[in-house]
Amino acid sequence: MSDLLKLSLTDVSGKLKAKEVSASELATEAVEACKAAQPALNAFTAFDEDKTQAMAKAADERLAKGEGGLLEGVPLAIKDLFAVEGVDTAASSNILKGFKPTYESTVTAKLWGEGAVFVAKTSMDEFAMGSSNETANTGPVVNPWKVSGGNESLTPGGSSGGSAAAVAADLCFGATGTDTGGSIRQPASFTGTVGVKGTYGRTSRWGVVAFASSLDHPGPFAKTVKDSAVLLQAMSGHDPKDSTSLPNAVPDFVAACGQSVKGLRIGVPKEYRVDGMPEEIEKAWQQGIDWLKAAGCEIVDISLPHTKYALPAYYIVAPAEASSNLARYDGMRYGNRVDGVDLTDTYEQTRAAGFGHEVQRRIMIGTYVLSAGYYDAYYLRAQKVRTRILEDFTQAFDKVDAILTPSAPSAAFALGSKSDDPIAMYLNDVFTVTANLAGVPAMSVPAGLDSQGLPLGLQIITRALDEETMFKVGAAIEDSAGFTHKAAKWW
Amino acid sequence: MSVTADDVRRIARLARLAEPEDRVDALVGELNGILNWIEQLNEVDVEGVQAMTTPVAFPLPMREDKVTDGGIRDKVLANAPKSDEGFFVVPKSVE
Repeated sequence: MSDLLKLSLTDVSGKLKAKEVSASELATEAVEACKAAQPALNAFTAFDEDKTQAMAKAADERLAKGEGGLLEGVPLAIKDLFAVEGVDTAASSNILKGFKPTYESTVTAKLWGEGAVFVAKTSMDEFAMGSSNETANTGPVVNPWKVSGGNESLTPGGSSGGSAAAVAADLCFGATGTDTGGSIRQPASFTGTVGVKGTYGRTSRWGVVAFASSLDHPGPFAKTVKDSAVLLQAMSGHDPKDSTSLPNAVPDFVAACGQSVKGLRIGVPKEYRVDGMPEEIEKAWQQGIDWLKAAGCEIVDISLPHTKYALPAYYIVAPAEASSNLARYDGMRYGNRVDGVDLTDTYEQTRAAGFGHEVQRRIMIGTYVLSAGYYDAYYLRAQKVRTRILEDFTQAFDKVDAILTPSAPSAAFALGSKSDDPIAMYLNDVFTVTANLAGVPAMSVPAGLDSQGLPLGLQIITRALDEETMFKVGAAIEDSAGFTHKAAKWW
Repeated sequence: MSVTADDVRRIARLARLAEPEDRVDALVGELNGILNWIEQLNEVDVEGVQAMTTPVAFPLPMREDKVTDGGIRDKVLANAPKSDEGFFVVPKSVE
């Protein structure tokens, strides 16, 4: 295999436009690399080589005429939550096993509209509920990274673990993910990749299997900050089919990368220094602060006082919305059916057989908090706490332009090490979930390796609609970090 | 507030999930663990606070009330577990 797959999206785009490589060759190489890695990484759930080749051929024809979009000929992997027409889309759940959408999600349609080429669907936690990719119906994805000198299998994070692993292992040039509580940023941090979610509503949710509608943010994984800006640019924009899709014009995210951060005020929230956080995370954070200071930023201590309430609020809002969204899986119009003695029994057997334990647990919590008499005490209160969390951000952004925090409270952990304790697993999202509740843009950028040789990410959060500042700061961190480490190939 | 085995059976029924009896005890423990953890939200002063809707306020989009899609019966039925002659086939629901 050539080294083409190791290039960044931006660099390979240049080679495609210069006709140094054809989209068809590149697509073949990417599919072969994904398939070769599959037995070890288990990152993929479906391929469709005819589709891949047809898209690549069409891209080559446009490139030959000197035409082509932002992503012309670039192979991308797609999280199994996005409907891709004619390709198995199961949200890594048995209840949707074999489901082939007859329509295309808006986000993937936009990517194909810019000339991107489909490579594979990627594995994820079932219905995006998880932080380790262990709840997938096809089994856990394995992180390409291992502890130096070790051989234990680590989680790539979740829920978008397959996409993160695929990008980290250089099997494609970018991938889609969705972030409901941290499902892009935490796996990005665990795999040394860049992961972004824009402002809530920047990317359309239409055709994305719904988890928690008020929190779901589609976004990209990439190898570099600039690549992630190109991808988010292509994915963003108003969609009349999603009533929460922002009508605002999409700024030039790509142009923001590399612009000076001199004079920007960077907030460092004291509430993100949590008990039991490894010293190395603290060190990486301080390093990030020092880099930005050296680049001319002003560092400001800030307070986001409601931070500790974000996860408990999330674990009301997300299960409540999920229990409602997942009511549609009744085995009647699509998905799998288990026949029972009567209609109710059919529903109950279908759902018990089709959903895994974590999904059932969350449906149960959601059903309980929405049940008669509890709505005000739980859901309504949580939505009010959410307003408090947004107010924290609004007040902070009076004083600062961006907020810098660690992306996750640990580096990648061993598969199986947290699966018995739901709350320990939920705590993975302690730094990321606030941005979902408040709907503000946030990204994770690789900052360095810990003493075990595992990547650590830093998170940048900015005002709603101000992804440009996020990309500016992200690019500055990337530039200072000079993170060029790759997982040593074992797959 | 704590959840009992009967509550778990009732919630499972509401959620249309056939929970096997041997899962009930485990679920009582798991749900109580999570619900107790969530209780800390009671510490937050939410007096007079509006429930969150969106970070970027814009009016709910309206569109003209006309048919913009349709005529795709076979596509709609394509993923049905059971269908026949252009219809979904479902268990009998009215006696």
